[in-house]
Amino acid sequence: MILTEMMMKVTPIKNGTVIDHISAGQALNVLKILGIYHTTDATISVLMNVTSRNLGKKDIVKVEMRELEVGEVNKIALIAPGATINIIRDYEVAEKYAVDMPDLIVGVMRCPNHNCISNTDEPIKSQFLVKNKNPVVLRCLYCEQTITENIADYLI
Amino acid sequence: MFEKRHVLSMREFSREEIDAVLAMADTLEPYAYGGNCNSLTGKILALLFFEPSTRTRMSFETAMMRMGGKTLNLGPAEGSAIAKGESLADTIRVIGCYADALVIRHPKEGSAQLASEFSPVPVLNAGDGAGHHPTQTLLDLYTIRKESHLDELSITLLGDLKYGRTVHSLAYALALYGAEITLVSPPSLRMPDQIKADLEAKGTTVRETGDLNEVIEEIDVLYVTRIQRERFPDPREYQKVARSYKITTDLLKKVKDDLIIMHPLPRVDEIDPEVDGTKHAVYFRQSFYGVPVRMALLKMLIGGDDID
Ligand SMILES: Nc1ncnc2c1ncn2[C@@H]1O[C@H](COP(=O)(O)OP(=O)(O)OP(=O)(O)O)[C@@H](O)[C@H]1O
Ligand SMILES: [Mg+2]
Ligand SMILES: [Zn+2]
Repeated sequence: MILTEMMMKVTPIKNGTVIDHISAGQALNVLKILGIYHTTDATISVLMNVTSRNLGKKDIVKVEMRELEVGEVNKIALIAPGATINIIRDYEVAEKYAVDMPDLIVGVMRCPNHNCISNTDEPIKSQFLVKNKNPVVLRCLYCEQTITENIADYLI
Repeated sequence: MFEKRHVLSMREFSREEIDAVLAMADTLEPYAYGGNCNSLTGKILALLFFEPSTRTRMSFETAMMRMGGKTLNLGPAEGSAIAKGESLADTIRVIGCYADALVIRHPKEGSAQLASEFSPVPVLNAGDGAGHHPTQTLLDLYTIRKESHLDELSITLLGDLKYGRTVHSLAYALALYGAEITLVSPPSLRMPDQIKADLEAKGTTVRETGDLNEVIEEIDVLYVTRIQRERFPDPREYQKVARSYKITTDLLKKVKDDLIIMHPLPRVDEIDPEVDGTKHAVYFRQSFYGVPVRMALLKMLIGGDDID
């Protein structure tokens, strides 16, 4: 199965990370979280809207020579709560874990409410309570505004 | 029963905690008329109003003074000067060292929450933008308890149920008491669906109608809110709505004998002044009840000596 997928779409990576089971359409936002915007010299494969047994359609991002930081994984959880992180070492899946998010998200999202005190120069970080993980429902600790969609737009 | 450090929103109140505040307000009410109470002698309350307010500010001042305490006032002019030069966090840190508790009203949502994070003393939210105003809700509940009853209550909320957050917060609190709530508003000012769904999820019966006459005969409390002219792009539309929701003595002919009419004030012309003289009108007493309720909160948050 892996072999066919790899043969069909991308060359296997030796060392790096495969972010699998990304909600369909979110791959480019995952790249953004990884800090990959316009130009990059990293070797990356992006698969979008591939058929998945469980999700219907899903996206996959494969990054060579890189393992992710906790902060990056927490952000990915926000836009792709069902994603799986596979750490590839010497062509093999050496580690695999599902993304998860903390109960409180600090300093990662901007509040959509313009009149919220967290959108000022006050010396505070934004804080969102996670009311539900999948689908994601966040509530601003300051003004109680909720975020349920277009989450990527509010990532800081 | 009451171990809060701050009073920021009604969301954090259980029914038991509300009952504890209302019971304390009941104990303190005689002193709200001017009896001698020295429970907070030597204590200082700082009032930080970054936005104008007369009633709420004066009612907090009265509450503090009736218990022997003193107040420090930051008026709106000074408030806005500070707001320009210094962060709210710093202002709170500094003034928090001058006082035993802080009352804050600020135009931004979440400002009271921020204040509570930086204040060395208890913070009371007196309105954060379109956010919370918990002491208003508590005084509304106290009024209902005193002038009617919180158990098996049938209440109608009338007017602007869309933007009025105090009415949302009152509805949530009433849900804790299992009240039967009827919503009467013009179609454009209906209560948001999410709030109705939350109320129903809490086991409250919520009915909705555009016509007050359908319910006026059966209810115990009629809670009237202001319909703001600005909400209507067409002045004729506003006139029409304002007229059809106006409370008059005529309308009161068929109501229950013990119906009470409440209003958070100031009123514009939602209630005909003729109604003021009827036994149903409790809105001025309601406004007064803000004093014992705020006395209770100050006593519970600041501590001070026992009431003798
Ligand atoms: N060396 C490699 N180079 C590129 N991609 C790889 C490599 N090894 C595995 N993958 C990809 O990593 C993902 C996880 O691989 P795995 O072999 O665990 O598949 P799986 O059994 O389908 O996993 P899961 O149960 O998480 O869906 C797959 O998308 C696979 O194509
Ligand atoms: Mg798979
Ligand atoms: Zn906010």
